Amino acid sequence: MTRSTKSSRAYLYVVFTFLYLPIFVLIFFSFNKSKSRNLFTGFTLDWYRQLFQNEMILRALVVTLAVAAIASVCATILGTAAAIGIQGMKRWSRFTVMNFTYIPVINPEVVTGVSMLLLFTSLRYFLNFNMGFGTLLIAHITFNVPYVILSVNPKFRQLDNSLYEAALDLGCNPTQAFFKVILPQIMPGITTGFLMALTYSIDDFVISYFTSGTSQTLSIAVYSMTRRKVSPEINALSTLIFAAVLTILLIMNFKDIRSENSKSGLKKKGAERI
Amino acid sequence: MEKDFIVQLDRISVSFDQEEVLNNFSLDIRDEEFVTLLGPSGCGKTTTLRVIGGFLMPDSGRVLFNGRDITSIPPYRREVNTVFQKYALFTHLNVYDNVAFGLRIKKKPESEIKKEVTEMLNLVGLSGFETRKTSAMSGGQQQRVAIARALVNHPKILLLDEPLGALDLKLRKEMQVELKRIQQSLNITFVYVTHDQEEALTMSDTVVVMNNGIIQQIGSPIDIYNEPKNAFVADFIGESNILPGIMHRDFTVSFAGKEFICVDKGFKPDEYIDVVVRPEDIKIGDYKTAQLSGVVKSTVFKGVHYEMVIDQGGFEWLVQSTLSEEPGTLVGMNIGPDDIHIMHRNGLDGEVDEVV
Amino acid sequence: MKLFKAKAVSVPYLIWMAIFIIAPLVLVGIFALTDAEGSFTIENLSGIGRFTPVFARSIWLAAIATAICLLIAFPMAFAISRMSERRQNLFLMLVMLPMWMNFLLRTYAWMSLLENNGLINRFFGLFGIGPFQMINTQGAVVLGMVYNYLPFMILPLYSVMTKIDNSVIEAAQDLGASNGKVFSKVIIPLAVPGITTGITMVFVPSISTFIISRMLGGGGNLLIGDLIEMQFLGNSYNPHLGSAMALVLMVIVLFTMSITSSIDSEELEDMLI
Repeated sequence: MTRSTKSSRAYLYVVFTFLYLPIFVLIFFSFNKSKSRNLFTGFTLDWYRQLFQNEMILRALVVTLAVAAIASVCATILGTAAAIGIQGMKRWSRFTVMNFTYIPVINPEVVTGVSMLLLFTSLRYFLNFNMGFGTLLIAHITFNVPYVILSVNPKFRQLDNSLYEAALDLGCNPTQAFFKVILPQIMPGITTGFLMALTYSIDDFVISYFTSGTSQTLSIAVYSMTRRKVSPEINALSTLIFAAVLTILLIMNFKDIRSENSKSGLKKKGAERI
Repeated sequence: MEKDFIVQLDRISVSFDQEEVLNNFSLDIRDEEFVTLLGPSGCGKTTTLRVIGGFLMPDSGRVLFNGRDITSIPPYRREVNTVFQKYALFTHLNVYDNVAFGLRIKKKPESEIKKEVTEMLNLVGLSGFETRKTSAMSGGQQQRVAIARALVNHPKILLLDEPLGALDLKLRKEMQVELKRIQQSLNITFVYVTHDQEEALTMSDTVVVMNNGIIQQIGSPIDIYNEPKNAFVADFIGESNILPGIMHRDFTVSFAGKEFICVDKGFKPDEYIDVVVRPEDIKIGDYKTAQLSGVVKSTVFKGVHYEMVIDQGGFEWLVQSTLSEEPGTLVGMNIGPDDIHIMHRNGLDGEVDEVV
Repeated sequence: MKLFKAKAVSVPYLIWMAIFIIAPLVLVGIFALTDAEGSFTIENLSGIGRFTPVFARSIWLAAIATAICLLIAFPMAFAISRMSERRQNLFLMLVMLPMWMNFLLRTYAWMSLLENNGLINRFFGLFGIGPFQMINTQGAVVLGMVYNYLPFMILPLYSVMTKIDNSVIEAAQDLGASNGKVFSKVIIPLAVPGITTGITMVFVPSISTFIISRMLGGGGNLLIGDLIEMQFLGNSYNPHLGSAMALVLMVIVLFTMSITSSIDSEELEDMLI
């Protein structure tokens, strides 16, 4: 049962075919001369050229990247600060805060999006503003912060609390101890949280749909394109996104592999006894 | 010449979750001594250490350092450094930066830091390890980094919280010798916490035996071993046989149904007392002529000696001898007067009584 | 394990949470229970009764999709968990890669595949079968759900299965268990936390989607998500009715989760990392 049998291999291949077939079809037809989604007539890069001249898409891309970047940074700061406070809370307070934090994670995106729309429309009775980049940003920060908190919290749990005392013992006041010792230890959690926020922001559709007002994210632009005429520009866009994601994942994987190798090398050297 | 007291705990009380760990606890520690707080888990020894270090504010009582009240002074302003049980090394820094940490906080110049760190690494036997990552080192090496990191700050007192617990036996014994050597060469006070009585006896100038937050006995290792003040100390330190007895008059005691000559005096006539006899002090002899006789229940070879359990009149004696007898054999046991230790009966719950 | 007291630092977040998480939900509740003039009413909630078929369809399709995901993902997660570490990383990467592709594009891809003269029908045509009506059917919606959320079932299952050491399986075999018994008596019980997490992570988005139903189901297979969207941004603007629907949806989701009752905070965090 622990051997990798031929049938389990075949099964995996079938499932992966299922997962990747539509993507590869999209990529394939991005090079199609005609607009047809089903008949391949000839090879061309025209659709890519058109894509780069498509103002709506380009503007949406800028909006997406800007929102993702700003929202991730804000969410990381807000979330890390929250995690710091949370780990010092008593049981009951922590329980309450964490449960409310889970709400955007667990709630269906439709509900979160709609609830924020209600908030904004209600606020417009009192304040004068338009739904647009600002409301989009606020919404993104809101659904990103919980992921940052959920990434940083475990780092605090794993922390050896004698590290903090050691810092005090060696002459640090509490603030110094935090910045010189605690912060470096929880940094992996902060980084992970930041990257998760970035990913969720770039990929988000539903919540942006309800809160973006006049502005457009890439997902929303794609949505409007798919509602209207069919254009292989979408295929071209898909191919580019796929290539970008693939590159990022490969880079991350190589980094992991390299750090693993160096760690095991050090272990061999450091295993000498006194 | 006896040194002054460098640390004095004056009627310290500490409780956790309604439970009292230390109650009106007082202790004086002399300068330049290797002092060990010894006792079972939960006896309050680590709590005492943390009070000295400043990590715990006592509910009442004072901590005095060279006569000055430092009770409310936080750890980062005490001239005390700590070696933590799990080393607490900063994994994001290499060995050099770990050891230099305290000096950098004090904003010492880098040239001076380099000199101090190099010297200290040399002292603990880790020269050349400066750029190593702490996670790539063995337990013993990490230990030494922790010690170096603490000592490089030239504290007046070094606190050590069961630092050798995670090491294997051989390494532990080597480190015990190392620590003693370092303490003596630096001539500072070490306050060491452990539950291992052998460790305490090996390294200490003074041993403080604790139980339930109360000091059972303070003394040199030899005193504690040879003259335990109560049944708890006798039982905790080394192996011992403890039985009830009656002190009839000076130098005469009876226990196990027989009368013995001993070397203690000053008790009330026919006072009920506890008798302690170390297993290695019992001599095996001919059961016809010996003071006590019993049946061997088990014999185990321990390398250094044989360990036998002998049933004598219902009491199971633990005997260590280079001779061995088969289980089931009737043997005789002799105890010399010097080897009979008398303790007052009510010393168990912690009052420190005087033993003559 | 309290490290140090620093509660004040979290205050900005607490304020943010109150304004942007709690207040909006309270508004949903208020809107659900009021009418356009602002007076209290339960007509919104009772009005949902008209849409019971939609709710039922949503629950039903989501349940089917979840079950299919579970069946597909279980052997897959197990197979990956038995591989060498290098290959595990590789396969995990392959599983996660589609997740990072844009959700809309992934669903759009199936549109062209499932069309009447789409690639799949044309493939069948080579053998002289079909064409089948695949797009704009309930089946297409389920397919979309399975396709989009399958990785969300694989990952929690995998995470739980890697913790099942080989020696446990071997011990069971040593005690006489056949492969089937090993699965049913050892692996499945140990995998339960992953199963419940996976079910939640597939069922909840499936039941509340409106994109999948719109793109693959046509206009005739409305789901709860479609209805809600229509009340807020669609033609029939009725935020009160929409809020009531959202409220009911939340109740359904909470109910589901209390059944699976598996979202332990530490597990959730471990899984998200």
